Amino acid sequence: MTPIPQAIDWFPLWLSLRVAALATLFVLIVGTFLAFMLSHREFRGKNVLDALITLPLVLPPTVLGYYLLVLLGRPSPFGRFYEYVTGQPLVFTWEAAVVAACLHSTPIYVKAARAILEGIDYRYEWAAFSLGASEWRTFWHVTLPLARRGLVSLAALAFARSLGDFGVTIMLAGNIPGRTQTLSVAIYNAVESGNGHVARVLVLVISLIALALLWSAGYAVKGGTNGRFLPPASRARGGA
Amino acid sequence: MIDARLVKRFFAGPESESFELNVHLQAEAGITVLFGASGAGKSLTLNCVAGFARPDQGRILVGGDLYFDAAAGVHLSPQRRRCGYIFQDHALFPHMTVRENLRFAAAAAGRNRLRGLQRHRRINELLEIFQLSELAARRPAQLSGGQQQRAALARILVADPRALLLDEPVRGLDLHLRQAFYDVLRDTRERLKVPILLVTHDLEECFELADSICVIHRGRFLQCGPREQVLSRPVSAEAARTLGAFNILPAEIAALDPARNSSKLRVFGREIEGPYLPAHLIGDQGFLCVRESEMHISQCKHENGMALRLLAAQPSSRGVRLRLEHDVYAIISAAGYESVRGAACLEVDIPPSAIWFVAK
Repeated sequence: MTPIPQAIDWFPLWLSLRVAALATLFVLIVGTFLAFMLSHREFRGKNVLDALITLPLVLPPTVLGYYLLVLLGRPSPFGRFYEYVTGQPLVFTWEAAVVAACLHSTPIYVKAARAILEGIDYRYEWAAFSLGASEWRTFWHVTLPLARRGLVSLAALAFARSLGDFGVTIMLAGNIPGRTQTLSVAIYNAVESGNGHVARVLVLVISLIALALLWSAGYAVKGGTNGRFLPPASRARGGA
Repeated sequence: MIDARLVKRFFAGPESESFELNVHLQAEAGITVLFGASGAGKSLTLNCVAGFARPDQGRILVGGDLYFDAAAGVHLSPQRRRCGYIFQDHALFPHMTVRENLRFAAAAAGRNRLRGLQRHRRINELLEIFQLSELAARRPAQLSGGQQQRAALARILVADPRALLLDEPVRGLDLHLRQAFYDVLRDTRERLKVPILLVTHDLEECFELADSICVIHRGRFLQCGPREQVLSRPVSAEAARTLGAFNILPAEIAALDPARNSSKLRVFGREIEGPYLPAHLIGDQGFLCVRESEMHISQCKHENGMALRLLAAQPSSRGVRLRLEHDVYAIISAAGYESVRGAACLEVDIPPSAIWFVAK
């Protein structure tokens, strides 16, 4: 007997898109700041910070999820503070899925953004400094515009990665249909309950979105080297 | 003027030797060339003055303002030093047009310095001076090398710098562009009465531009002084070697005659006539320095002339460069070379006025 195809609930897709968008926004701001600090500043504990940022890449999602439950759960100081401010707990809400998505995408964003920022010829920044420009002005008007294309494509990558978190999301946000069930969790659910049709459709959708994002990210990077945006021809000659 | 005493040490690493920069640089308005091989500490000196490197000891004064004082713990940021720094590849911001580059400089130079219309006027004026008005809407990548140089200079002058620092600004450019840049720079020197420090290892550039020269070798100044003096009167064999284009021949003073303003120097077993050498004694060992271009070469005539065998002849930009025995070089004209070509033995004649003796 073949199961009757069910109507597909599209809520997980919209939730995942919303979660990924918020996580990407967070990563763009905080991740760029962290990448700038790591690439442009010397400070105590830099290596520790670098290791901490990389840690989510290597730890099992269950371990991360456990940490977050301890740190952000209702009995924790942060959990109580959050509940005091917003009137509801953080864990097992869709906002918790945003936290999970951030954790999933921040490490690779920071790693790659750091490389991009380090790759910018320091002479542009020095030139700005010697003209009297503050570090802030230099960052906004020189460093960031020069890194823009790279960072934009990284943001697409971060968005795609935010869509895909499963382990931490299910530990921290749970699997509540219609409230915290993201796309990847819904796929897990569909497979578990033998609902092959839903699983197939959702898998296809998330794959297509990821493919489109990566293609556009690659396009943005390629756009960055098509001459017009490159520094003067002398840049290649000047060396680092 | 710039008065900078700098000491900065680097300890030996796995891939680098230890290095100590220890210089006292004094530069008046005009162009002071820091001349030396790469790795001698030229760019480091520039970076210390600009504020991109922090010396371990010393003091930097520019135009009466204290930029750095190790003892007092003063270390102004590059922003507050207002040194116009021209990098080797100009570092024009590639994502801005020429005008935007200048506008950035004007805005960066300070809130209360140039405002609104006045700023606009200043930018237009500089675009005009550097013949960039037509190109103001272009990005640096759309400019030729010479136009980029002019734009970089214009951008710096917007900010009204206290000093100009140029790090090998013409390296990698062809002769035509170099000459154009020299003209612009000489022009700037006249317009802007501030010290200009120019880093180079190109002797031609010294001849073209320098008002004074500091010869730097392994982190130390071997000689600082007016151009003519440094180029023709090196203080030591090492200074002459660093400058290049000198023959440095071991010599001994054989005779001194103050009455006739002459001396005799023994070089390679021959005695040659030189000018009187004050503050030296007969028997002093040292080196005879003479520019390669001031050697006179002819076919052997005299029995006691300095005869040297010709080892090789190479065409050079100023004629023919001959390599003779004992690592002696001479640059002579192409016509001069024709007259001695094929001669078995060449006689080297050094005019007394070209002789410069330095003690060991």
